[in-house]
Amino acid sequence: MKHTIKELEDIASQIRRDIVRMVHGCQSGHPGASLGCADFFTALYFEVLNHKTDFTMEGAGEDLFFLSNGHISPVWYSTLAHAGYFDKSELATFRKLDSRLQGHPTTHEHLPGIRIASGSLGQGLSVAIGAALAKKLNGDKSHVFALLGDGELQEGQNWEAAMFAPFNKVDHLIASVDYNGQQIDGPTSKVLALDDLQAKFEAFGWHVINTDGNDMQAIVEGLHYAKTLTGKGKPIMNLMSTQMGAGVDYMVGSHKWHGTAPNDEQLAVALAQLPETLGDY
Amino acid sequence: MKKYTYTEKKDTRSGFGAGLHEAGKKNENVVALCADLVGSLKMDAFIKDFPERFTQVGIAEANMIGIAAGMTIGGKIPFTGTFANFSTGRVYDQIRQSVAYSNKNVKICASHAGLTLGEDGATHQILEDIGLMKMLPGMVVINPCDYNQTKAATMAIAEYEGPVYLRFGRPVIPVFTDPDQKFEIGKAWMVNEGTDVTIIATGHMVWKAIEAGEKLAELGIDAEIINIHTIKPLDDEAILKSVKKTGCVVTCEEHNKFGGLGESVARLLTTELPTPQEFVATNDTFGESGTPDQLMSKYGLDAVNIVEAVQKVIGRKK
Repeated sequence: MKHTIKELEDIASQIRRDIVRMVHGCQSGHPGASLGCADFFTALYFEVLNHKTDFTMEGAGEDLFFLSNGHISPVWYSTLAHAGYFDKSELATFRKLDSRLQGHPTTHEHLPGIRIASGSLGQGLSVAIGAALAKKLNGDKSHVFALLGDGELQEGQNWEAAMFAPFNKVDHLIASVDYNGQQIDGPTSKVLALDDLQAKFEAFGWHVINTDGNDMQAIVEGLHYAKTLTGKGKPIMNLMSTQMGAGVDYMVGSHKWHGTAPNDEQLAVALAQLPETLGDY
Repeated sequence: MKKYTYTEKKDTRSGFGAGLHEAGKKNENVVALCADLVGSLKMDAFIKDFPERFTQVGIAEANMIGIAAGMTIGGKIPFTGTFANFSTGRVYDQIRQSVAYSNKNVKICASHAGLTLGEDGATHQILEDIGLMKMLPGMVVINPCDYNQTKAATMAIAEYEGPVYLRFGRPVIPVFTDPDQKFEIGKAWMVNEGTDVTIIATGHMVWKAIEAGEKLAELGIDAEIINIHTIKPLDDEAILKSVKKTGCVVTCEEHNKFGGLGESVARLLTTELPTPQEFVATNDTFGESGTPDQLMSKYGLDAVNIVEAVQKVIGRKK
């Protein structure tokens, strides 16, 4: 381990502070699933991913990460800043005019760490597969990670990709689903139920693992374990249970905080629950 | 009227297949993807020589575009192949976000464009694809006119960095351009110099424009014929230079007049040099089943229609 679990938890706490402050700062954005995935992003970038912050588009010899559910950009931007891709002062520009930190991630403004635009849902798994195929052709054995939202799995393109990857033995691919059970219009179980995702992905030929996405020890171990499963003919699907809004008690578990910004008072309550650890931007 | 002859007829999709094979030999980063239409796209030669660089995605066009976009990140130059309808309208948002907005070096190669797809009918005969693709910021749109030009265009786009839409077709048509031509993206080809009217044509309509030019010569009308193979970026200079001389223009395309080459030309002329213009194009309609020749005739895309449009537009000259 490069960090202790406590150190990683502290980083995640700082990222959560950044998320609520960024969303508050522009009074828009998506705090709920961003908070829910703060532990995953911390584990990935500070512990699991073999990557360089001196960014190149190709990332030859590096592990790559693709975010399909681009609306959780605040957690990604904060993670990238703290990992060293760009100065954390830039987080203050989130969703503002002339910023590289667009509402949804894009390569258009050349923000280091971003390799493709996402936001319109359902496209990231295909892109990650393509990046993995290119690495294979290049003889590059590093890994490709992707994160998908659970509600996003209602988009059909995901299932085209889910069918393709096992058949073509795309086996250096580790996809995770942010399984928080919430989407804009309510719980996924009421909007369009996902039901038994494990059985579904297994039926498609994936090696499926389950992790607790809000337990730092579990998510670090889970992602390391996922890496040991690669190269064996199957893509890996990490069904990662998370809580929308994790870390801010009044946001926990509610789809109402999918895309709503806290007001001044709510911000103060949230920050009181999240200790400053690495220094605010 | 300059004399154009041909010794054989070939389909432009075969020009694509040959160009893809050549591009593959030249650059090992060229890869190809297909959505269950390998034979229709004439990809066999590429697949035979470079099987590891070919990806069969099955009937899953959205996934194909996403995979292609991802492959560019590893330095690959992906050529995706399917019918024009499934290359554009079906996957518009995937192209918009993962290719165009992300500025990925994907070559979207689209066969069976337009009415000349024939008997399959309107579900497969897209007449809106040029409009869809040219509206995307940064997208290059190319519609070559015969086998040789399609082959040259395919090889040229492999060397161009950025997203490209390459449109070609199914029917066998005369091969009349130079087999050794150098294809320059965005550069018009002067087919015939003339003084009375400018005929601007793209794709399958270029040969029909030549046929029309011969008929017009018999009527004493000296037509300048320009082949615009690259609809975007448009060769403004070549068009303006010609129209300054002739004073009127007819645009010809196997596409809806809404959103096609004709509108691009009209936009240019309206802002730079207002000029009488007539459109030889489909008129806001879907196609139907029939042979390619029957359809081109029924929907007004024959040489005779170009002749009529020329006579009309000359009459509108001040």
